[in-house]
This record gives sequence, C-alpha cells and structure tokens, in this order.
Amino acid sequence: MKKAKQIQHMISKPFDLLSEELVFIILDLVAQNPSDLKSFSLTCKWFYQVEARHRRSLKPLRAEYLPRILTRYRNTADLDLSFCPRVTDYALSVVGCLSGPTLRSVDLSRSFSFSAAGLLRLAVKCVSLVEIDLSNATEMRDAAAAVVAEAKSLERLKLGRCKKLTDMGIGCIAVGCRKLKRVSLKWCVGVGDLGVGLLAVKCKDIRSLDLSYLPITGKCLHDVLKLQHLEELLLQGCFGVDDDSLKSLTHHCNSLKNLDASSCQNLTQRGLTSLLSGAGCLERLDLAHSSSVISLDFASSLNKVSSALQSIRLDGCAVTCDGLKAIGTLCISLREVSLSKCVTVTDEGLSCLVMKLKDLRKLDITCCRKLTGVSITQVASSCPLLVSLKMESCSLVSRDAFWLIGHKCRLLEELDFTDNEIDDEGLKSISSCRSLSSLKLGICLNITDRGLSYIGMGCSNLRELDLYRSVGITDVGISSIAQGCCHLETINISYCKDITDKSLVSLSKCSMLQTFESRGCPHITCQGLAAIAVRCKRLSKLDLKKCPFINDSGLLTLAHFSQGLKQISVSETGVTDVGLVSLANIGCLQNIAAVNTRGLSPSGVAAALVGCGGLRKVKLHASLRSLLPSSLINHMEARGCSFLWKDYNNHNNSNTLQAELDPKYWKLQLEEDIEL
Amino acid sequence: MEPEDDLCQNNWGGSSSSSSSKRREQDLVHLMVARNGQLQGRQEQLVAQQQLITTDLTSIIIQLISTAGSLLPSVKHHNMSTAPGPFTGSALFPYPREANNLASQTLNNNNNNTCEFDLPKPIVVEEEHEMKDEDDVEEGENLLPGSYEILQLEKEEILAPHTHFCTICGKGFKRDANLRMHMRGHGDEYKTPAALAKPNKEAVPGSEPMLIKRYSCPFPGCKRNKDHKKFQPLKTILCVKNHYKRTHCDKSFTCSRCHTKKFSVIADLKTHEKHCGKNKWLCSCGTTFSRKDKLFGHIALFQGHTPAIPLEETKPSAPRGSSACENSNNNNTGMVGFNLGSATNAIEEVAQPGFMDGKIRFEDSFSPLSFDTCNFGGFHEFPRPMFDDSESSFQMLISSACGFSPRNGGESVSNTSL
Repeated sequence: MKKAKQIQHMISKPFDLLSEELVFIILDLVAQNPSDLKSFSLTCKWFYQVEARHRRSLKPLRAEYLPRILTRYRNTADLDLSFCPRVTDYALSVVGCLSGPTLRSVDLSRSFSFSAAGLLRLAVKCVSLVEIDLSNATEMRDAAAAVVAEAKSLERLKLGRCKKLTDMGIGCIAVGCRKLKRVSLKWCVGVGDLGVGLLAVKCKDIRSLDLSYLPITGKCLHDVLKLQHLEELLLQGCFGVDDDSLKSLTHHCNSLKNLDASSCQNLTQRGLTSLLSGAGCLERLDLAHSSSVISLDFASSLNKVSSALQSIRLDGCAVTCDGLKAIGTLCISLREVSLSKCVTVTDEGLSCLVMKLKDLRKLDITCCRKLTGVSITQVASSCPLLVSLKMESCSLVSRDAFWLIGHKCRLLEELDFTDNEIDDEGLKSISSCRSLSSLKLGICLNITDRGLSYIGMGCSNLRELDLYRSVGITDVGISSIAQGCCHLETINISYCKDITDKSLVSLSKCSMLQTFESRGCPHITCQGLAAIAVRCKRLSKLDLKKCPFINDSGLLTLAHFSQGLKQISVSETGVTDVGLVSLANIGCLQNIAAVNTRGLSPSGVAAALVGCGGLRKVKLHASLRSLLPSSLINHMEARGCSFLWKDYNNHNNSNTLQAELDPKYWKLQLEEDIEL
Repeated sequence: MEPEDDLCQNNWGGSSSSSSSKRREQDLVHLMVARNGQLQGRQEQLVAQQQLITTDLTSIIIQLISTAGSLLPSVKHHNMSTAPGPFTGSALFPYPREANNLASQTLNNNNNNTCEFDLPKPIVVEEEHEMKDEDDVEEGENLLPGSYEILQLEKEEILAPHTHFCTICGKGFKRDANLRMHMRGHGDEYKTPAALAKPNKEAVPGSEPMLIKRYSCPFPGCKRNKDHKKFQPLKTILCVKNHYKRTHCDKSFTCSRCHTKKFSVIADLKTHEKHCGKNKWLCSCGTTFSRKDKLFGHIALFQGHTPAIPLEETKPSAPRGSSACENSNNNNTGMVGFNLGSATNAIEEVAQPGFMDGKIRFEDSFSPLSFDTCNFGGFHEFPRPMFDDSESSFQMLISSACGFSPRNGGESVSNTSL
C-alpha cells in the first residue's frame, strides 16, 4: 500500500528521479539556443528553478530589470551589460548586492551614467571579480580608477578609450590590482610612460598588454619587456616609440609571442631590430602601415625571430621583391601572411614568398592590384594547406587561376573574391572545398545561377555568402543556395536587381539566418519579408533600404515574429508611422535607420523613439531635427541613444534607382569619384 | 680652547682694549704652559715631535697677532662709544628698533654685563642636515689649518638683527653705511667727509698682508665648531648666521600656506612659500612631490603606496598645501588632528557642500590620507583608510561590506568637530 503510494507519488512528480547534475548536463546542450532554454524553464516550476540555478552568464536587455533578473539567477558569474546603455550607480549597487560573491566578469563597455561610487560597490562587494570591461567610459576619471583598484582579484581589465584617465589612475590600479594578467589601455591618451612603467613594475603577472595609441616612448618599454610572462604586446599607433628610445634595450623577453607594432611611424628597422633581438620565441608580428620599406635589409632584422615566427602582417607597407623573397626563405614556418593594400607587391615577389611556405594557412592580398594569375597559380600549387584566401580587387587575376585554387587547396574555409573575374567554372572548382564557410562574391559580374548551384550542392557548411552587386544572380541561384546551405547565417543580396520574393521564400528555409541584406532590390515585397520573419527566428540584422515595395504590413509581421531583431534599415521604403511604431514591440531593437522615408511624420517618429526602449543609434533625416521636440531628443540621448542626422537629398525617383542598379554605370561613377 | 673663546667674546663684546690685550698675553702664556706640561710628561719622546709642536706654537702666535690686528678697528670704535652690546635685547624683543630706543638709556649703564643676558637656548633640531646651506658650497675648499684665521661670534651676536648702532639714539642698522647716513641727523659734526667716509682699514698700524678669514660656529660639538675633529669653517658672517639659525635654533617661521613647514631663516620661508602648494603629486603616505616622475619612482620603490588622487579633481583652483611633508615626531598631535580633520572634510564636502566651509581647517583639496602610517612607518601593512574614507564620502546607501554605515560615521565625526 505504502509502496503503491510511493509509485503514485513518483508518477505525479517524475522529475524527482532526475538528479540536478543530469539536468545541468542536458541544459548545457540546450543552452545553444536561447529560446529553447526559455521554453525549458517555462515547463514547470522545478524546471524554472533548475534553469535559474544552472545559468552562469547573463546579457540583460534593460538595466531596470536587474534586481529581478539577478534575484532569479543567483549563480550569475558573467554579466554582460552591453545592451544596457544606461547603467546607474544604483544598478551597479544592485549587482554588487545580489550577485556579489559569484560574479566573475562584468562588461560595462557600452554603458554609461555610472560613477566611481557605483564602481566602488561593485569592487568591494564582488570579491571574486576577475574581469571588468570599462571601455568607452570616456568620462571616467582617476578617482574611478582608484576605486577599480579595490577589486584586488582582478585579472583582466579593459580601459579602452578612457580618455580622461591619467598616470595617477593607472598608478592606483597598478598598486591595487596586483594579479592583473591582461590589460588594455588602448586610446587612453592621458596615460604615459610613468603609468605604464609603474604597471609593469607592480603587476608582474601581466601576460597581455595593449598600449595602442598611447603617448608613450620607448622608456617604459624597458620595464614592460622585463615582465616574465608577457606574451602579447600591442603598440599600435604609438608615435612616441622611436629608434633612439629603444637603443639601450637589453632584455630577454622570451615569453613574448605576439607583437603588434603597426602604425608606429617613428619605428624603423633599427628600433625594430633591438625590439626583436630579445624576443626569440615571437610567433606573431604585426608591422602594418609602418614607415620603413620592407627590403632585404629589413628582412635581416627578422633573423632573430625567424625560427618561431608564424604570422606576419605587412599591410600597407612598401614591400620590395627582395624583401619578400628574404622573408620567404628566412621564416619557413610562417602560417599567416597579410599583404593587404601593399600596392607594390608584384607577381615575382609573392611567388618567391610563398615558394617555400608549405605550411601557409592564411593569405591576405587584398587590393594588391598588380598581381595576376601567375602568382595565384604559384600560391595554389605551393600552399596546399591554405585555409583562408582574401584577394579582393585583384582584377588582373585570370579566370583559370580560380579554377586552380579550388583544385589544389581543398581545405579552404574563407574566400574573398570581391571584385574579381571569377566565373562559373571557377565556382564549380571552388565547390569542391567542403568546409567552405565564408564566400564573398561581391561585384563578381561573371557569375550566374549555374555557378551558385555548384556552391549550393558542394558547400553545405556555408555560413556567409556575399553577393553584393553580383547582378547575374536570380531567384534560381538563391534557391539552390537555400537548398544546399542550411547553416547559412549571413547573406547579402544587395542590388541584385532580379531578386524577387521567391528568393526570400526559399531563403526562409535557412533557419539560422541572422543577417539579411537586400538593399536596393526593387522587386522584394512584404510577402517575402513575412516568410523570412516567420521562419528565421534568429534574424537580428535587416537591411531593407531602397526596397520601395516594403511597407507597414512587412514591419508588422516583423514586429510580431522577429523578436531578436537588433538592427533595421527602412530608409527609402514605403513604411509609414504605423510600421515604425510597431517596431517598439521588438525588445532588443538597437539601431533604426529611417532616412527619406516619405510616409513618416515627426509625431510618428517621436512615438516610435519613445516606444523602443533599447535604442542606441537612430539615423534620421536632418529635417526632422528641428521638427522633433528638443526635450524628446534630450530624453533619448539621456537614455543612451545617439542620433545621426543625414542631410542628403531624396533621389527616390525611379531613374536614379535604375541608374544605381546598373553595375556598369555604378562602377563608372565610382571611378569618376576616385579620380576627383 | 677656553682662552680663544674668551678672546673673541671680549673683542666683539666691546670690552676695553687694555683688558683684552692683557688677557691675550695671559692666554698665550697659559697656552705655552699647558703645552710644556704636556711635553714634560714625555721627555723621552722624539725631537721631531718637538719640532712639530714648535711650528704649531708659532702658527698660533701668528694667528693671535693677526687677530689682534684685524680686531683693532672695532675695538677703537667701541672705545669711542659707550653703546650697548650689539646683542642687547634683540632676541627678546620682537621689534628690536623700539626695544633699543626704549632700552638704550637703561642699558648704557650695564653694558659690561651684557654677556649674562638670559637668551633662549638654542635647540638642536637636526644635526648636520640642512635643506639648503650656503656653507656647503665651501665643502671642497681645502685650506690648510694654519693658513687662515678663525673667528667665532657668540650666539647673541649671531642672532642680533643689527650690528651697527647709533651712539646717540641707539637705533640699530644692518649696514655701517646706513648708520653713517643716520648719524647725519644728529648734528653737523657727523656731516663731515671724514665722518661719512668709510673707516679706512689701511689706517690700522702694523697690519700685515691680510690672512683669509674663516668663521667658527659657537655651538659646541657642531661640525662647524673649531673644536670639532673634522672642523669645516664657514666662509662669511652671513654663512654663520644662516648656519646657526638653521641648525641650532627653533624654527619659528611657519608657512602661511601649508601651516606645516617651519623655518628658522626668513629667506628660507620665502623661498618655500614661493613653491608651496605646487607639490601637487601626492602619495597615499602623505608625501608630496613637485614632479610626477619622482612620485612614481617613490611608489615603485615602496609596497602599498599608491598615488593619491585629489578628491576635487574638478577644482584645480583649490589651494593645495604640501601638508605633512615631515615625519618629525614632535608634532604627532598635530598629525592626529589633521587626520580627523581631513576625514571630516571629505564627508562634509560630498554630503553637504558648503555646510562646513567655515570649519575646514586643513587643506580640503586632498583625499583623506593615512598620515598616521607615515608617522609610524607601518609601510607594509597599510590599513588603506584612504578608501574607507572615500567610500563613506561616496554616500552609498548600503555598506554592510565595511561593517558600518558611512553616513552615520560621517555624522558622528562632524558632530564632534562641531
């Protein structure tokens, strides 16, 4: 009898048999899709509680709900507040009180309106706080930095663009947070040698130090390079670092693996040689936009680091053929080479470089306009392990070379053929790269639906496809992509003038779709949009600019179904006040662009602005600036929303749109603009 | 070296020439006797040593003679007048001019007893440690012991503001030229070119080529005192004055800006006041620096010291005193007071701006600091009260972390100070 009752009880509460650990394992698997997690927690009270105990990371949309959210999720370790533009001291105080002991990381990089007082709450209450991101706190002063120094266990600290911070504040942090491992001071233009030097003296555990754009000289680098565990040193745009200040550098920073000396205008070969002399284990070297010519001489300064060097970036440098050849012979273990925008790169140079680099995985030759099929053939044949090839605007490369790439480099995952002469045969060959995940075919005027159908059949892992202004594409091509590439997350079909609703309906099969850009597609209507809205639940970015047939009904569907939408552009569409106001239904909407949308009235815009609580950026026509009440604008700005007032005139007549859609005309226009 | 002390004192003290010369002879004899006595003890010693002593003696004799020669004019001057000693009352009266005017009559009678005036005893503040010393300049000077003559002024003379006095009205002057200009007002006899002319040094009979003059500090045990083993003479009378005031006197001039730094030489005070408050680089231990790199060097050197950020970053105009630069032990009580005061200020400034303005005693531009740690040298275990204070100043609603309500704490402090 008793047993029967027990069985009865167990049937009524079947989940009592399940241990919490097991549920946690299940939840780990479910967690990949937030909406699944939501459904799970709504199943029953017990599930609700278990899910609340399970969750470790939170990314709340509104700071106002923090008390409730944090009361529910008591084990929050990672708190990302980047969706909350306005985080007050009170909110931080709440965070400190409710999840003080468990909290390990806080992201405040996109938030403002907190002060030192709030940070103090956080620093004192959250004893195990390991990571804090205070980037973009442009009003933060030394007093607040002194408060951050109270977080004794801090290991990772980001202070990017904290422009009012000085050496004094950094000094406080250096003394207070002795366990710091990763520090970013990028754009902290008030911090100089003394602050950085003290940081290096006091925090011996630093592994990564970002000093980009700081007014430092080589003086503080003497201390920095004495750090025993330093692995990453970023000195991008440090104009004060010059050869003379590095002359007396005597150190052996064998732990250094990654050095970024890009845009250091005053650092030439001499300084670099002394900088590299002690860094024997360097793996990544970034010298983009440096002032020195990459010549034979220069390559000799790499002598000390050549054995371990895996990646080198020489973007925008004046490279010579000899220099590239020397690098190719010296650094055989190179896996990544970037020569983006090196206009002087020739076929001979690139061929010599890649000749011996059998291990090369990534090659970036964007805008190396002198290159032809010769060097690409060489790349294809000598680098079979190539994973990423970016060759935007290498217009002289012949069609055959693309065929060879697909033929020889089967491991390719990322391809950028923007503005190239690739054709359907090339795509056919590329389609044999099974693991291809990103393919950019913008402004490729030679490709047609046939080529895309090869891709659709071969590359089932494709996540990103860019067909911007590839005007040979029609609904047929898109549908074959939608058929074959079910993991597609990003697609751009802007200015593909023959695309109609059929494409959108077929794309709606791709349930993972997050970004959909269909700017300037004149045949798209609300029906196609509705299909996407209903079936692509993860949609977050939508560009509908210059789609004249998109109107309120499309936005109403969006407002109902696409609850994850963050960014939308409805400029130059048929949207009116009703549609715009309906967007207020979408909780996470952050960016709205509605310029030259004729159906909009100031009051409609005002209503929409007030309604959308999480707005961060709004792009409107300049004429609205005077029409909207200034109190509203002030209110919005206080809420953390910034306005972008666009001044250009409306060209929304059919002729200009037609002209824009013609790629030949557009290219001509572009070239004229460049010449001007 | 009692005799020589006596000698100088008498000469400068304005006693009669006859007695002084008599004394000098006596001294000389006395000295020789002493030396002889010493010699008698070790008759069997080397002849070379005897020679050494004889040279020593000759040098002393030469010295004495030259001293006498150089002092003759002043002796003459004193004979002529019956003016009181230059040091009379000067240290006792804050306004020496009036004091002299009033006292000249009475003091005329007892000018011989001037030595017995009870002057405040100099106190050794720091030994051989002076912030800026003009007499340091001559450190490198390598004068042979016998090649210069040593003069020693008495402390009363050193501390006297004036060295030249009017024989008629008793008014004191720093410069003899000024005195002579003043004398013209007392009658036509003082207007003659002879009276106005500079006293001629060449007029001294029997004067030899002048020896270099160097000065000794009258303070026994001082390195500048001629009895010191490593005696280093002072170059000028000004050096003597500054040295004596800085090293052996009370620091009676307090900086009007920071109310902390004290000086015994008024020029030092003026120099300090010129720069006081410009030491804006402040460490949590209370030490201020005029240069940022010095502060950072200091912080890099010590454990637990942090840069202190001024509470009112937005108010650069607020006066900043270089408070508590000194770790001196004799004003511990002052330090404690400061500590309380600053904490109160911090609270009041944030909580009720302007409420306590009248009460703020100390520099309000500072974040509250831990001066006590500085005083007692507890560098390694900084209790970091700076942040406790600043926390309370931030006026948070909840503060269970620190175990007390900062608001209440703040009120209690302000109540006591009210």
